Amino acid sequence: MENKLIEEKAKEIRREIIKMLGEAKSGHPGGSLSGADIIAALYYKEMKLDPSNPKWEDRDRFVMSKGHAAPLLYSVLALKGYFDIDILKTLRKTGSILQGHPDMNKVPGVEMSTGSLGQGFSTAVGMALSFKIYSKENRVYALLGDGECQEGIVWEAAMSAAHYNLDNLVAILDNNGLQIDGKCSEVMCLGSLQNKWKSFGFHVIEIDGHNIEQIIKALDEARTIKDKPTLILAKTIKGKGVSFMEDRAEWHGAAPNMDQVALALEELK
Amino acid sequence: MEQIATRDAYGKALKELGLNNNDVIVLDADLSKSTKTADFKKVNPKHFINIGIAEQNLMGVAAGIAATGKIPFASTFAMFATGRAFEIIRNSIAYPKLNVKIVATHSGVTVGEDGGSHAAIEDISLMRSVPNMTVIVPADGVETGKVIQKIVEYKGPVYVRLGRSKVPVIYDDSYEFEIGKFSTLKRGSDVTIIACGIMVSKALEAAEILNVKGIKAEVINASTIKPFDDKALLESVKKTKCVVSVEEHNIYGGLGSAVAEVLGRNFPAPLEMVGVMDVFGESGAPEELLEKFKLTPSEIVNKVELVIKRK
Repeated sequence: MENKLIEEKAKEIRREIIKMLGEAKSGHPGGSLSGADIIAALYYKEMKLDPSNPKWEDRDRFVMSKGHAAPLLYSVLALKGYFDIDILKTLRKTGSILQGHPDMNKVPGVEMSTGSLGQGFSTAVGMALSFKIYSKENRVYALLGDGECQEGIVWEAAMSAAHYNLDNLVAILDNNGLQIDGKCSEVMCLGSLQNKWKSFGFHVIEIDGHNIEQIIKALDEARTIKDKPTLILAKTIKGKGVSFMEDRAEWHGAAPNMDQVALALEELK
Repeated sequence: MEQIATRDAYGKALKELGLNNNDVIVLDADLSKSTKTADFKKVNPKHFINIGIAEQNLMGVAAGIAATGKIPFASTFAMFATGRAFEIIRNSIAYPKLNVKIVATHSGVTVGEDGGSHAAIEDISLMRSVPNMTVIVPADGVETGKVIQKIVEYKGPVYVRLGRSKVPVIYDDSYEFEIGKFSTLKRGSDVTIIACGIMVSKALEAAEILNVKGIKAEVINASTIKPFDDKALLESVKKTKCVVSVEEHNIYGGLGSAVAEVLGRNFPAPLEMVGVMDVFGESGAPEELLEKFKLTPSEIVNKVELVIKRK
């Protein structure tokens, strides 16, 4: 798919995020919007998938390690045809397949149940390791938050991914700089994420996480790296695409009301 | 009587799997010589993963491997498996119902010289409280081998509790283990003694002593703690009208609690518990510690005499 079209898809994903959170009246818009361009590039260009056969053995795997960005994952899965798009309206409602955080046994296309931070990345390492052991070509992608990197298990998992030379694993860090309680640098400073991941044995690529061309180039580069995993450090803006949500921690976990939904959708036309 | 540690039986069972089952992957967290997963590594090094001293990642990686359709066995000491990595087991293994076999060794006070920091007395309680989790505590080396064979066929998360020290072999090879089914080792009509793990052989010893005193004890091995075999317990208690539970675990949340739940709901009957009385373990020789914590045949006998009076 052409970059222009992927950009359109990212906008479409953002619209669905806003609509679904407006209906749900709770959820996480900020970190869902910041990852929309990355997800669009993964699902419309990078990954080997077959939405009509979600369990296809040769498919690549995506793990939403920052599980609170469930609306982002649900949007792209619905748009890709994994399930009926009308189901998005049921997000977070009793009886819905769309739980507040992704459930792999309820939603076609969800590869791992996530939500408790850091664990998704560890499971992604397990998937990649399994594919290596059985000499499979499947690639594994995980989307992490920067705040999520405060979890110790992230670094345990990083250590093991490098130790086992998992060049079939790509971690993408949605580096939007904010977490619920405020700026990551003020809540618990992460220092240099680039240096940290490098010293843990990753090939690190720094990009603008809203630039489709850069995202795709980085994913291509990751395919050429042998014997080590790749970390794409994607600088993003929390709430990207909706002016009144951009770069504001208070939109981490608050849903827009109907007026705000209308305003946001106008901006995302 | 022949003695073998359940962890040694685990190593032997794994070795067989390493040679015969290409879907099995074994993971450890730097304790492979103690947990005996090193025995698997010897025969199938390509399918062995050392995660290093990182139990949370041990469980997360195992979950990921299970998500690719393979059968991971994750091993470390019971303390670190169920304590440190509890929430990863809960959220990344049990919640998605992934096919991970958590086989933990060095449970209970018989961890011995390492002391209280390493003696898991809460693991049954922790694992039993998690939905989707199956909890198994084999009584001897033979049963351990049978359990490992069965859980490979079963699809879903399982916690198996093994010990460090040698225990008497009570089963012979003809024994057939089934998940969710107790085995009655001795028939009797005066009291039901229900035990698990290393305490099963102690319960049998107690039954011999009681026999001399004219008390006929029924001895049940509750090797599957969850799903609990309500039927087997109730059938026995309807006959004996009283129960003593015996476990090398805190009396809160383990086998004794499971027995109390079933009795309370179905057939209230006097119950006495032999177990760790809500205190931590400590350093010492395993057999001496069993004495110190009153995990002995004579304590079982005391509790039996007490519970019979309450009938």
